[in-house]
Amino acid sequence: MAPGGRAVREFFLSPTHAWRAFIGDPSEGLSAIWEGFLTNIWMFIVCEVLVLIFGLAIAVVRMSSSPILTPLRFLSTVYTDFFRGIPVILVLFAVGYGVPGMDLGWISQQSPTVYACISLTITYSAYVAEVYRAGINSVATNQLVAARAIGLRQGATMRYVVLPQAVRNVIPPLLNDFISLQKDTALVSTLGIVDATQAAHIYGSLNFNFAGYTVASLLFLLLTIPMTRLTDRLINRDRVKRLAFIS
Amino acid sequence: MIELHNVHKQFDQRTVLHGVTLELQPHEVVCLLGTSGSGKSTLLRCINLLDRIDQGDIIFQGQSLLDDRIDVDLVRRHIGIVFQAFNLFPHLNVLDNITLGPQRALGRPKHEVESEARELLGRIGLGTRSGDYPDQLSGGQQQRVAIARALAMQPDVLLLDEVTSALDPTLVGEVLDLLSDLALQGTTMLIATHEMQFARDVAHRVALLDAGRLVEVAPAQQFFDSPSQPETVDFLSRVPKTQ
Ligand SMILES: Nc1ncnc2c1ncn2[C@@H]1O[C@H](COP(=O)(O)OP(=O)(O)OP(=O)(O)O)[C@@H](O)[C@H]1O
Ligand SMILES: [Mg+2]
Repeated sequence: MAPGGRAVREFFLSPTHAWRAFIGDPSEGLSAIWEGFLTNIWMFIVCEVLVLIFGLAIAVVRMSSSPILTPLRFLSTVYTDFFRGIPVILVLFAVGYGVPGMDLGWISQQSPTVYACISLTITYSAYVAEVYRAGINSVATNQLVAARAIGLRQGATMRYVVLPQAVRNVIPPLLNDFISLQKDTALVSTLGIVDATQAAHIYGSLNFNFAGYTVASLLFLLLTIPMTRLTDRLINRDRVKRLAFIS
Repeated sequence: MIELHNVHKQFDQRTVLHGVTLELQPHEVVCLLGTSGSGKSTLLRCINLLDRIDQGDIIFQGQSLLDDRIDVDLVRRHIGIVFQAFNLFPHLNVLDNITLGPQRALGRPKHEVESEARELLGRIGLGTRSGDYPDQLSGGQQQRVAIARALAMQPDVLLLDEVTSALDPTLVGEVLDLLSDLALQGTTMLIATHEMQFARDVAHRVALLDAGRLVEVAPAQQFFDSPSQPETVDFLSRVPKTQ
């Protein structure tokens, strides 16, 4: 075997190091990667729920035709353009370091975890709003006409006819965004939060061994691969349905 | 019930309806004939306020529908329309397709509208299919559900736009039979159709639209047996004789 291969095995794949990194060692100040990973998971879950709600609200405002909502509609357009165009990590820095430094009373006294969740939610709501918007647009106009023809008002049409169909259409792209969100929870380590990435990093720098990175990667894969497969299955199912419809 | 006075409709610069005048009496069935592109769908959509007319007036139960104070959604609850392409709600089962309007537009209680919907389904011969989704039904069944969905609003008048044109020929009969039943029960209907035999059998009066002009309106038998306008003669000579 090439000498490089040995090094890779030793640095990245050593089972002893991997296990120690995984379970941590409080006596040496080593956080367990699995514990860090729990942070990733719950942050992901909290953000996902918030993102689903905010994203929908933004999309619905952006697509409303009511004149009272015009200022809000403008704001939501600016919002989505802005946050879809900025790297998540900059938002994390701005919120995670900027807000505490601004001396805004209780707003500036939250934990890094709160700022991390806010940053991820802000960014991903912009992505997801666009996904919802595409979904709403994908509902055929004849559905709108049919709803108006039985006298449903605009709000009821949205709620009972458009959104249920839109949500169905957007599940695969939403899952895609959630896979990204799951991975991007790793970025919260930049705010000093000890997630799986940070725990692996600490282990690596103290032991000069990177098996922890491998462990953290595997944990992320464990989370994202089922989601990826599910997304593919849903996309495929829709495609089969459409094909059946065409023939 | 409905009076159209000199209705004009333009799309961009093109005039699609040139001064259509027609009156529909309660319990009357009028069939609207005309070649493709003559403006049948446009006329029906205008009556249901899905399209705005540019000139003329539409009077519904003594009230002008062009009045700005008119609540469009409210008007649509009284004027049912069924489309060529069914347009059922694919995410709702048959029963929910029918009850959505009465429940969410009229705000009527669920148990009440559901029992009415089941009765309607029985009448259209789909009593056992209430839990099925639209894509589990044949075209003819879907169209019957679409008609039931419109009827569930208990409209004063029903507009039907070539409701059998998208159907397999073997399924046309069941939908026409349903319309005949409705006619016998006194439902007021304006029916755009290409089905000559049906028009002759069911309509009280038949009207011909030719390039946006209503060239002839006459009792069914007179319309087919002794048309008075050259356009009608021409139109009838070009459609294959049914029978
Ligand atoms: N939304 C629209 N924009 C522009 N032109 C339109 C629109 N809807 C209809 N038209 C035009 O108006 C004319 C009448 O169309 P309409 O659909 O009313 O005809 P029709 O009699 O229903 O025909 P068919 O038997 O094919 O259904 C056509 O020339 C059509 O191209
Ligand atoms: Mg038409």
